[in-house]
Amino acid sequence: METRNAVQELTTTLAGAEITIEIGGVPICVHSTDSSFLEMLERRYAGFVNWGGSAEFDFDIELAEPAAADADLRVTWDAGLWRVERGDFAAVFDPHSRKGRIRQSPNPYSIDAVFRILHTLLLAQEGGFLLHAASAIRNGKAFVFAGVSGAGKTTIASLAPPDVTLLTDEISYIRKDGNRYLAFGTPFTGELGKLGENVSAPLAALYLLEKGPQNQTAPVTAADASRAFLANVLFFAEDPKLVRSVFHSACEFVGQVPIHRLAFLPDSSVWEMLT
Amino acid sequence: MSCKLYVERSPRVAARKLGDEVMIMSGLDSTLFTLDEVATIIWEAADGSIPLEEIVDSKICAQFEVERGEALLDATELVEGLAGHGILLLSSEPVIMPNSPRKAGQ
Repeated sequence: METRNAVQELTTTLAGAEITIEIGGVPICVHSTDSSFLEMLERRYAGFVNWGGSAEFDFDIELAEPAAADADLRVTWDAGLWRVERGDFAAVFDPHSRKGRIRQSPNPYSIDAVFRILHTLLLAQEGGFLLHAASAIRNGKAFVFAGVSGAGKTTIASLAPPDVTLLTDEISYIRKDGNRYLAFGTPFTGELGKLGENVSAPLAALYLLEKGPQNQTAPVTAADASRAFLANVLFFAEDPKLVRSVFHSACEFVGQVPIHRLAFLPDSSVWEMLT
Repeated sequence: MSCKLYVERSPRVAARKLGDEVMIMSGLDSTLFTLDEVATIIWEAADGSIPLEEIVDSKICAQFEVERGEALLDATELVEGLAGHGILLLSSEPVIMPNSPRKAGQ
């Protein structure tokens, strides 16, 4: 009964004002009757607002105080709907109608989390990823720098010379495009607190970051590269079929994209190795 | 007389051979496992139709200098551990294969 109600809710007309946020080339329109909330989103996602284009997905947002603020994240597939629930939000999404509803507290972090999770679900079905990694474009080529917190993602992003376009210092957006991969800018920021540029470029290489006594790249075996890559993939859904799909996509990625370890000194000289 | 142990790859995992290693991801909790050379041999042979002791005899003892009893003990411990993670399915009877045998990773 609960599922039927959710479906019926998703088929009702979306009301209120709206704003379309386009990340990774995927425009998502959010509707709300609270204009101040939409204005906040406009500021939060400056550079990623799509003015005038049609959206691929529509979400109706209902602002409400959280029911159980401490509840852990759960992403589940139930009767044709994705359900994404955490203490501060609850979202339901129908991938067929491409409509969803988000009930959340009026803060930017909740919808940011919903966006990230939604994009991981969309990317998982097309061989792409959200990756815990910094990324940037230089000379028309994108470079991705993966690593856990403290590995140097923000450091290497902050050391980038002026001719480098920063895509993100925290969460990289990678889409499969035929036989190649594209890296897109994201508004998902880390310690740098700076939104990436909303542009994309073909991915040239992925570096596994390590801080070291000198700038040096080293080869990585396919198995080590896969382990390191998978450790940095953002994926939350409790869905065996999609988990298996992400695993195979990761193995395919590792087989196609050059992956190296990169030890680096905390100065801009490391960028001379990346051309 | 001890009963035979049949091992079968779980359909709920994803697996790939990368270099000399087989990597397996559980579809249930996304846990990643890496199999060493001997575990890979057992994994690849685990189609549910061959008893573990036969796999040990024909695939492990034939390739490695190891005493059969020790090899079977180690192999049993290994498959029970992998079964505990949902990677392998164990049975005292051969698994009826409705179609042609699956290949590792499929």
